[in-house]
Amino acid sequence: MFQVPTIADLNLGLTLPALSLALGACVLLLLDLFVPRERKEITAWLAMAGIAVSFVLNLAGFNESGTAFLGTFAADQFTGFLNIVILITAFLGVLLSLDYLKRAKIERGEYYVLLLLSAAGMMFMSSANDLIVVFIALELLSIPLYIMATFRAPDLKSEESGMKYFILGAFAGAFFVYGAALVYGATGTTNLPEIFAAVNGIIAAGGSQMFLLLMGTGLILVGLGFKVAVVPFHMWTPDVYEGAPTPVTAFMSVGAKAGGFAGLLRIMVVALPVFVLKDGQTAAAWQQTFWLVAAATLILGNIVAIAQTNVKRMLAYSSIAHAGYIMMAVAAAGTAGVANEATRAALLYLMAYMFTNLGAFGIALAIEKDDGSDTGVDNFIGLAKSKPALAAMMTVFMLSLTGIPLTGGFVGKWFVFKSALDAGLVPLAIIGVLTSVISAFYYVRIIVNMYLKDGEGDPAAGATRYVNWAIYVAFAGTLLMGIFPWIATNLSDTVVLAVEMFVR
Amino acid sequence: MIPLWMYLLVAAALFCMGAYAVLARRNAVAILMGVELMLNAVNINLVGFWRYQQPLNMAGQAFAAFVFVIAAAEAAVGLAIIISVYRQRKSVIPDEADTLKG
Repeated sequence: MFQVPTIADLNLGLTLPALSLALGACVLLLLDLFVPRERKEITAWLAMAGIAVSFVLNLAGFNESGTAFLGTFAADQFTGFLNIVILITAFLGVLLSLDYLKRAKIERGEYYVLLLLSAAGMMFMSSANDLIVVFIALELLSIPLYIMATFRAPDLKSEESGMKYFILGAFAGAFFVYGAALVYGATGTTNLPEIFAAVNGIIAAGGSQMFLLLMGTGLILVGLGFKVAVVPFHMWTPDVYEGAPTPVTAFMSVGAKAGGFAGLLRIMVVALPVFVLKDGQTAAAWQQTFWLVAAATLILGNIVAIAQTNVKRMLAYSSIAHAGYIMMAVAAAGTAGVANEATRAALLYLMAYMFTNLGAFGIALAIEKDDGSDTGVDNFIGLAKSKPALAAMMTVFMLSLTGIPLTGGFVGKWFVFKSALDAGLVPLAIIGVLTSVISAFYYVRIIVNMYLKDGEGDPAAGATRYVNWAIYVAFAGTLLMGIFPWIATNLSDTVVLAVEMFVR
Repeated sequence: MIPLWMYLLVAAALFCMGAYAVLARRNAVAILMGVELMLNAVNINLVGFWRYQQPLNMAGQAFAAFVFVIAAAEAAVGLAIIISVYRQRKSVIPDEADTLKG
C-alpha cells in the first residue's frame, strides 16, 4: 500500500535550481550571523552569488523535463523559462535594495534571506504539479513578502501596507485552499495530471461532482486572482505598492505576478483544459470567466491609472492593467489547440514586463528622497536636464509599457494579442488594443514632464552605483527583447504545458 | 454512518463565518481569527473527502497537515505585523490605519 521512496525515486536532479535557492537562503541566514552589522552588503553579495548558482543550474538543466518528488514537482521548459524571469527579478531586486536599505537605515541581513525565500517560493510555484505544492509555494512566496512590505517599520506607511497585504493575502490564501480542497473532493486526487485524467469521467457523470469541480475552479481563481491583482481582486495593490519600500514593490510587482500566473497556468492548462459544462464545446468552462476578468482588469487598471499623481500608485494601476494582458493570454489558453501558444505568449509577456517594470521602479527609486517621499509624477519635471541618461531610459521604459515597437513590451503584446485572436477572442483583443491606447496617456505624461516642462531638475539622489547597474540591466533587457525578440522566443519555442497525450 | 455532505455543510458554514469575520470585524486580531476559521473549515473538508472517497491515498491527510503548518506560520507573521502596528498607533483597527488613501 505505501512504499517508502528511495532517494533515486525523488529525482532530485530536476529540482536543483529551486532547491539550491531554498537551501541557499537557509545557509545565508546562518552566514548572516557572522557578518558585522555595518557591512551588511556582504550578505547582499552572498545572496547574489546564491541566485547566480541557481541560475547556472537552471540553464544547465533547461531542456531536461520530467517529474520529481513522486510526481508532485514537474520540471520542463515552462519551469526553466519562468525560473529565468524569477531569478533575474530577484537579482535586480537585491541590486536595487543594496543602497536603498542603507539610505532608509533599515539595513538588516534578514531582508536578503526573505527575498531569496520568496524567490524560491516562486520557483516552486512554476514547477508545481500538485495542488498541495501549489499551496505551499503560494504561501512561501507570500509570507516573506508580507514581512518585506513591513520592513520599513516604524514608518507608518510601510507598516500599514504590510498589514493590508497580510490580511488580504491570508484571506485570499484561504479561498485558494478551499477551492483546492473542493477540486480534491471532486476528483479524488491532488495531482494535476491525475485531475486531468479524472475530469472527463466527472463531466460524463455530472451532478454533485461537477458542482464541486466548478466551485473549486472558481475559488482557485479568486485565490490566485488576489495574488496577481486582477479586477475585482485588486483593491490592495495601490496601497501596498505605495507603502512598501520601493525595491520591495519592484520585486513583488514582478515576482508575485510571475508566481501567481505560473500557478494559474499550471492548474488551468495542465489539470482543467477539457473541463466543459456541456459535451461538444471546444473552449474550457473557465474561459468565459477569465475573459470577463481580463476585460474588466484592462479597462479599470488603465483608466484609474490616469488619475494617479504618485508614480508608485500609477505603476501599481499599470501593473493591474498588465495583469489583464497576461490574463488575456490565460483566457486564450482555454481554447483547444491554442493552449501552448497562449502559454508561451504569457511567458514572453512576463519577461518583457519584468525588465520594463523593474527599470521603471528603479528610476522611481532613484528620484525618491531618503525618507521615502517625493515619488510624485511631478517630481519627474526637469529630470531630462539634471539626469539626461535616467530620463532617456525612463522614456524607453514608458514606451515599452505602452507597447511601442522596438521595445520588449511590444513583443509581449504582439504574442498575447495573436494568441487571443487565434483563440477566437476577438472582442477581448480589441479591448486590449483600445486600452493600450488609453495607457499611452499616463505613460507619456511622465515623458512630457521630463522633457517639456520647465522646472528645477530633481537631483535623483538615489541613483547610486548599484541602482544604476540594475537600471542598465533592465534597459538592456527591454531593448534587446524589442530589437532581437528571437532571443526570448527561442528560449520558449518548445514550451508545452497541455497534456498532449490525451487529445480531445 | 454520518454522510459526507453533513461534514461539507459544517465546513462551508465555518468557512462563511470566517469570511464574515474577516469582512465585518474591525479588530485585526479578530480578522486573523476569521482567517484561521476559514483554514480549519478547509481541513474539515479535506479530511472528510479523504475518509469517504480515498481512504487509501494519503493526499488528503497530508494536505490537511500542511494547512496546519501554513496557518501557524501565517499567524506568527501576522501577529508580529499587528504588534508592530499597535506599537506605533496604539490601535489594531485597520480602518484607522488610513495614511494610504484608497
